[in-house]
Amino acid sequence: MRSNLRLFLAGGLLVALGLAMLVSGFASSAPDGLNKVAGDHGIAASAKQHLFENGPLAGYAVKGVGNDRVSTAISGLIGVLVTFGIGLALFALLRAMRSGPGSGKGAAPTRAP
Amino acid sequence: MHIPDGFINAPTSLAAGAVAAGGVGVSLRRAAQTLQERQAPLAGLVAAYIFAVQMLNFPVAAGTSGHLLGGLLAAVLVGPWAGALCVAVVLLVQALLFADGGLSALGLNIVNMALVTTWGGYAVFLLLRRALPATRASVTAAAGVAGGVSVVLASLAFVVEYAIGGTGGAPVGTVFAAMVGVHTLIGIGEGIITALTVAAVLAVRPDLVYGAADLRTPLVLDVTPGGPAREVS
Repeated sequence: MRSNLRLFLAGGLLVALGLAMLVSGFASSAPDGLNKVAGDHGIAASAKQHLFENGPLAGYAVKGVGNDRVSTAISGLIGVLVTFGIGLALFALLRAMRSGPGSGKGAAPTRAP
Repeated sequence: MHIPDGFINAPTSLAAGAVAAGGVGVSLRRAAQTLQERQAPLAGLVAAYIFAVQMLNFPVAAGTSGHLLGGLLAAVLVGPWAGALCVAVVLLVQALLFADGGLSALGLNIVNMALVTTWGGYAVFLLLRRALPATRASVTAAAGVAGGVSVVLASLAFVVEYAIGGTGGAPVGTVFAAMVGVHTLIGIGEGIITALTVAAVLAVRPDLVYGAADLRTPLVLDVTPGGPAREVS
């Protein structure tokens, strides 16, 4: 059961990495719905520059990497791993809080020792 | 649908920040109470998957694209509380690392894409589930339709924010019509991706799908004297 779950997680992560690193190169570069509407109706002019506009990964491109595909792929790799890491840590923390002293109402024991 | 800095004025952005903080706080508390052990790592994966698929802009009309928002998908997979947190983590990473979505607009973006899509979308999902037979196909269909509706709900949330504190000169009615129009199209893409993902997880590990928990085979206890209780599958 546990190894099965690990396998599922590993497979899911591989799918996410494949999408973010490989398929992302084929994504449309047209503005998204909100930006298109903003552009069409004069809202876009009021946009201010992002504080991290010149950050090393701004706009899903890695500073100093000339090849667009490679740049996007590295951004995807970093983004997926960072998001996964933060997500795992956050939800592990929440679980730990639940199984802390006095909490958790009647959680059924599902695991044999 | 990431709002950049400047589209919505500071007071409105600040108020949205307070609403977002409250919503995230409620989600943290409720997720801590309800999250099952095996769903905790799944929620991390859901966040990573949403980040990945949000990179995949698909064309919807001339010169316009859309991407998955993923809130409803997260809600169906890990529940609306943990689901909202998944999307909030994605938005935080995007704003801080990739300059996608303004820092001053983070509250607005969390409200629209993490709270409205998960909670609003999940309410639609539950209504559909009630109307449909209790089958896996129904779960997939309800997730797809609710996913599509959730995108329109998120676009409506933006229109409300624009009506309150929009800095552009466009009339609210014009923005409303344009936003709902284009996000109905994007919602179709959201619905398809959501349904495909839910169907795939249901096929491999149906026990991991929060929104299909009622379809699960019940826990059977081994009543042999002295025998440990265990799950029979």
